[in-house]
Amino acid sequence: MNNPAISVRDLWKVFGPGGDKIPGNRELSALSSAELLERTNCVAAVRNLSFDVAKGEVFVVMGLSGSGKSTLIRCLTRLIEPTSGQVLVDGNDVLQAGVAELRELRRRKVSMVFQHFGLLPHRTVLDNVSYGLQIRGTGKNERHTKAREIIELVGLKGYEQHYPDQLSGGMQQRVGLGRALAGDPDTILFDEPFSALDPLIRRDMQAEVIRLHKDMGKTMVFVTHDLSEALKLGDRILIMRNGEPVQCGTGDDLVGSPADKYIEDFVSEVPRADVLTLKWITRPLADTTPRDAAVLNSRMIIREAIPAVMHSPCPVLVEEGGRITGQIDRDSILSVLQPAEAAA
Amino acid sequence: MSALVQERATAQPTQAIASEPRRRPSRRTVLLVSAAVVWILGFLILNGTSTLALPASELTDLHRSLNQFNAWVAANRADNPVFLYIFTPLRSAVDAVANLFTTTFAATTTGLRLPEIGWLGTVALLTWIAFAVGNIRVALLTAAVFVFFGIQGLFVEATYTFALVLTSVLLTLLVGIPLGVLAGIYGRVARIITPVLDFMQTLPTFVYLAPLALVFLIGPASAVIATVIYAAPPVIRLTAHGIRRIPENTREASDSLGTTGLQRLITLQLPMARRTIVMGINQGTMAALSMVTIAALIAAPGLGQTVVRALQSLDVGTAVNAGLSIVLLAIVLDRVTTAASRRAEPGSARKRSASRKTRSIFLAVSLAVVLVMVQLSRTMLWAAAFPQDLNVGPAIVQAVNAASHWLQSNLSLFTVSLREGVTNGILNPFQSLLTDTPFYILVIVIALVAYALGGWKLAVLTTACLGVIIYLGLWSDSMVTLAGTLVATAVVMVLGIVFGVAMGRSSRIDQLMRPLLDAGQTMPSFVYLVPFLGLFGATRFTAIVAGIIYAAPVAIKITADGIAGISPTVVESAVASGSTPWQVITKVQLPMARQSLALAANQGLIYVLAMVVVGALVGAGGLGYDVVAGFVQSSIFGKGLAAGLAIVFLGIMLDRMTQAAAAAPARRIPSPVK
Repeated sequence: MNNPAISVRDLWKVFGPGGDKIPGNRELSALSSAELLERTNCVAAVRNLSFDVAKGEVFVVMGLSGSGKSTLIRCLTRLIEPTSGQVLVDGNDVLQAGVAELRELRRRKVSMVFQHFGLLPHRTVLDNVSYGLQIRGTGKNERHTKAREIIELVGLKGYEQHYPDQLSGGMQQRVGLGRALAGDPDTILFDEPFSALDPLIRRDMQAEVIRLHKDMGKTMVFVTHDLSEALKLGDRILIMRNGEPVQCGTGDDLVGSPADKYIEDFVSEVPRADVLTLKWITRPLADTTPRDAAVLNSRMIIREAIPAVMHSPCPVLVEEGGRITGQIDRDSILSVLQPAEAAA
Repeated sequence: MSALVQERATAQPTQAIASEPRRRPSRRTVLLVSAAVVWILGFLILNGTSTLALPASELTDLHRSLNQFNAWVAANRADNPVFLYIFTPLRSAVDAVANLFTTTFAATTTGLRLPEIGWLGTVALLTWIAFAVGNIRVALLTAAVFVFFGIQGLFVEATYTFALVLTSVLLTLLVGIPLGVLAGIYGRVARIITPVLDFMQTLPTFVYLAPLALVFLIGPASAVIATVIYAAPPVIRLTAHGIRRIPENTREASDSLGTTGLQRLITLQLPMARRTIVMGINQGTMAALSMVTIAALIAAPGLGQTVVRALQSLDVGTAVNAGLSIVLLAIVLDRVTTAASRRAEPGSARKRSASRKTRSIFLAVSLAVVLVMVQLSRTMLWAAAFPQDLNVGPAIVQAVNAASHWLQSNLSLFTVSLREGVTNGILNPFQSLLTDTPFYILVIVIALVAYALGGWKLAVLTTACLGVIIYLGLWSDSMVTLAGTLVATAVVMVLGIVFGVAMGRSSRIDQLMRPLLDAGQTMPSFVYLVPFLGLFGATRFTAIVAGIIYAAPVAIKITADGIAGISPTVVESAVASGSTPWQVITKVQLPMARQSLALAANQGLIYVLAMVVVGALVGAGGLGYDVVAGFVQSSIFGKGLAAGLAIVFLGIMLDRMTQAAAAAPARRIPSPVK
């Protein structure tokens, strides 16, 4: 990956007295969370984490509550001061930045959308969206023009003069989204932005993010505890547990080859046929299979392949890069649809 | 079914708490019982010895040396550098501000010439201000009340009081808001300031006065400085609270956009804390009014002085008339500042946004009219001094006096028997239990109680406080004050529990009582004395009743909030397991509201102490009497100063003990029983 938008190396965040000594201490840094808490009264929210986010990518950080994902995303712009490590944004080390430099980064390069919106209740939608521009000293007319554009973009046209408490949760989060977009940053960080919303609104907002990503191509780092959201949005997903990375990869990597029991549990409820591609169920070509059978691409989602396979009298061939790599038949589809039976 | 079992399980622990002490008395019970035994035995056997009684006119050496200190200050005021460069300039500056307002609204310093703005201009201007910061209703109220001051024949006194309140509030805000902002932003500042504020708020208004008069002389400057000291804590606290209360995620969101500290303050913290800050201004204003009236004791002009003089000559009619003015002024100040805080609420502007333009036009036009009226009141005599033919003050005074006489003679069967019954049946025996027991026995008893409540640290603290009181030579007077305070607090707690439980259990009763309690809390302590003076005459009993009525609202409110704050599921589960309402109250609600009860006792004590001390003006003896006498006679100034200190230490002791009772866990974690 050349020139990643964000590059994180050996990042630690330890809460508690004397926490700054733990990352450098080989013995202490090897302890488990429970042992560490008992020995030092410290909590390591982020432990030795490294990853890269490519430009234009949607990178999802996923984990249960307490896994350190919210701390991690705050460390990226030092809303929480990391204990040690390196965070590079466009090649510049955020941890070495001075106060003014950091402020510039927050004002122009990286903005954030919050779980509980964090809107200013005493300001209208227009003033909330233009808040970031005001902070960096943009004149009133200019920032209002820009804010109106953004408000239209996030679908709030007509609500400019409303106050946050007059809006529904979903609309409030649209304001939050607008505020993050108004400064035209390269990267937007999302901290569980939709978990306070009800399911239908959440689905709308997810679609909205996908649309905005397609239109504007911004880099996005998205924190969530919801696996289906992660699979829906993420180009790549990092799963965290107790501050540590467990697995990082694309959605079908995680579902198809979970790194350990934890991930396996995690993804067990996922409708595999909706996520996995044919690649994961392709079997070696049998001699009996007619060579003129139907051919499907290995990157096709399994569910989409169901009609073709079911209607074919014989197994179906799978190709990758113009080469036949194997075959699938009804049994292989059924084994995906009935994972419990397959396991038994 | 399983849900029912679960509910029973949650209900059980509360019952266990209630029945535990019966089985095995806790260490605390043992300590408290032994303290009671020591006390009673000490009282019975050693009755009347080592009581450290000091007759009213007698002084100790300490008092004499304080007198000398007073004389020394008087002699060196002109050339001691501390006075020359700090106190005197401060006094002059405060005096200048106070003079500016008193000469504008009330009268010139000589008292002969008319103020800069006559009554018509004053009424018009204040009404306009009330409209500008509040709404039309409070503006009309302001106009009506200020005109009524004139009808009462107290316009000049009322404007004096108002001018001093205005001065004090402005200076308070000048000091309080920046401090509050600092305390809200920097945790360290808050940690330093909070204990100081706690301490300041436990002091009865009374005790500020003597030391300040010593340093700044009697008069408006001392009054204003005392008031600023008294009114600043709520302003500082609420400003800091308003800023600290801003949700973390909002602050974070603004930080994530790269705000500087100053930008954060201006765009986020001040606007979001605005409502709370204005509430602080409201509380500060009410505190200021309370203090300005009491500062009459150090010759602050205004309504307070009229009340004090009337109380001292037992002129109930005049006291009621002036007391009524104070109440009305309190209502006006409260309503206007409350309306201002409503206006400061986020979103209140948008509801009115349609009429915003009309409103500003109206404000501008009416300001022009007001200015004309101000000019009129500066040139025309009828608009300058309130017309005397409208003055019905003397008639009010006479009517009230007649009513008071009628009440005292016709209700005497009730009032006298109640007074004598309580005085002889409860007050006197309890007081003699405190004053006639040898002091060392009482010190031991109080230390034992303190140890039981808060461990050895508290025991040491209370012993030290008592030691200081003994050193001050005012043990016996302190015990008199303590007796009155404790009796009144006991009654306050009974009221607090009865009404608090009723309010906590029924939202209808709550809605009915809360406005009354709120109104009760806004009144300056002073005016409570007046009606009871009319009913019961000048006795200790009057002061105690006034103290009870003064302290009851706060105790009731805290108790009610404690009861209402109990999780409804717990109460529901108790009801579901078949408890009667009485069982719910005694076994669930009161035990669970225990901390609120202790807090109510704490606040009740502090309020009662403040009132029992002020009650010296209507015949309560003890420390309050020493303080008041000290203001009047310079020969016992030292004793008054010492009595003020004794009140401080008595207050600290009572405050810490009740706080410890509130903080102590309901029960220790049971040690494993074999």
